[in-house]
Amino acid sequence: MTSIGTGYDLSNSVFSPDGRNFQVEYAAKAVENGGTAVGIRCRDGVVLAVEKLVQSKLLVPGSNKRIGTVDRHMGIACAGLIPDARHFISRARTEASSWRKNYHTPIPVSSLSDRMGLYAQAYTLYSSVRPFGVTSIIGGMDEEHGPTLWMVEPSGVGWGYYGAATGRGRQAAKAELEKLDLPNISVEEGVKHAARVILIAHGDNSNKDKDFELEMTWVRAADPAAAAGQTEGPVKAMGKHEPVPKELVEEAERQAREDVKGDEEDEKMEG
Amino acid sequence: MNHFPEAWGRPRDDVYGSYDRSVFGHDAAGPTQHTQQPIVTGTSVVALKFKDGVVIAADNLASYGSLARFNDVERLRQVGTHTIVGASGDVSDMQFLYEKQLENLIIAEDYQEDGHGLRAKHIYSYLSRVMYHRRSKMDPLWNVLLVAGWDDGKPFLASADLLGTTFSSPALASGFGAHLAVPLLRRIAPDEASVANITREQAIKTIEECMKVLFYRDARSMNKYTMAIVTGKEGTNDEPDIEIQKDVSLKQQSWKFAEKIRGYGAQTV
Repeated sequence: MTSIGTGYDLSNSVFSPDGRNFQVEYAAKAVENGGTAVGIRCRDGVVLAVEKLVQSKLLVPGSNKRIGTVDRHMGIACAGLIPDARHFISRARTEASSWRKNYHTPIPVSSLSDRMGLYAQAYTLYSSVRPFGVTSIIGGMDEEHGPTLWMVEPSGVGWGYYGAATGRGRQAAKAELEKLDLPNISVEEGVKHAARVILIAHGDNSNKDKDFELEMTWVRAADPAAAAGQTEGPVKAMGKHEPVPKELVEEAERQAREDVKGDEEDEKMEG
Repeated sequence: MNHFPEAWGRPRDDVYGSYDRSVFGHDAAGPTQHTQQPIVTGTSVVALKFKDGVVIAADNLASYGSLARFNDVERLRQVGTHTIVGASGDVSDMQFLYEKQLENLIIAEDYQEDGHGLRAKHIYSYLSRVMYHRRSKMDPLWNVLLVAGWDDGKPFLASADLLGTTFSSPALASGFGAHLAVPLLRRIAPDEASVANITREQAIKTIEECMKVLFYRDARSMNKYTMAIVTGKEGTNDEPDIEIQKDVSLKQQSWKFAEKIRGYGAQTV
């Protein structure tokens, strides 16, 4: 951050002499301070999970959700500034519903991330606005492509992923995601891995001692019969985005804690 | 109710005389007109409550006037987890309600992710407001809707029509069925109290019988229909079991009795 104080970081949409847009980079910094969010693309669906730091013991459990339902078949998990995330999700809902109105078909995940990318990018162009302090992971499923996962950043850039991570613990999370055989695992396995990845990411950063809530949703075949019997290749069916059943999340979290603890003990023995 | 959908919502000519267009003065074409008649229509929907739920049925025909234009139209639609809606009257208005309005309603409800969904009474309330709003805009949705489902731990059944009129009864039927099916249904469900004594099998049998009678007598009906059976758990709002039977054929239906009838159509007696 040697360029701070040079004046090129004060207004949005202004380039520095070496071709950077500092306001966008600062927005990315805001994301890096937010709780970790991950997305895992599986064979038969997508899992979204976030590490929701509990700001106060007085908060009702489950409040301040950071994963939103955008359409039947699609959800968005966000890291960064929560109010920005709320607006971003709200815009995504408008896009999804307008697509349905125009084309009488659900919006493909790639088209939604394209549109959301354009929307985010528009907020890097004018001095009257600031960029979104949000990186969002968009997961969904449709009949043509099966499960797909995208991530849109404050700059407006968006890529498709097998596994995506953002927020404070993203480095550790990415390292863990790379070890998985994506996208060839099932959604059920994905849920267990997501819990473990979030737990490891949480332990890896300075919020270690703070309590966190694990918020997790999935998109999986709306008609389970469509996915049944298929053991290889992506399940090309319409999906439904919904919270992962509470018992499954609790079980996944319990198992993840055991695994992580076991690994730490192994390391101690070796050390 | 008159069983011709195009006559719904109009003063009867045989009682009031034909409409006096001279009231519009110089502009004989009259004021701006929206939908003034249905085009492609579906006939009756019949429904009956039983002890643990509701049975609702509608045939798969969409008529263009007297022409049997489409024979694969689903006029029952599951909306959310607790409700089946059945529509008679204009098919395009029905599609607008099912595929645009109700679809958006359910998608937007899921935004909350609060573990609650819209139940039969909520869907009914929404639909009746839409119907009344459109009639107040002088641009009605030309339908009679029956909403069947589960709410407050009880079976739910109610009707909303193109005039915004709403009412509820343990046995309901729209269109021609209001004349022919309701008397049959009321034999076993004369009042709300009698519902407790009606079994699921009895209700299904009665609805099947009504569909048969309607096919014999209603010239805008067909012998293939869809029947939905909503079965709930008494006293709870738990998700009811919804069984949708498609492409059901009439049982023991025969035109044999009509062999000796003469004097209709192209016959020369």
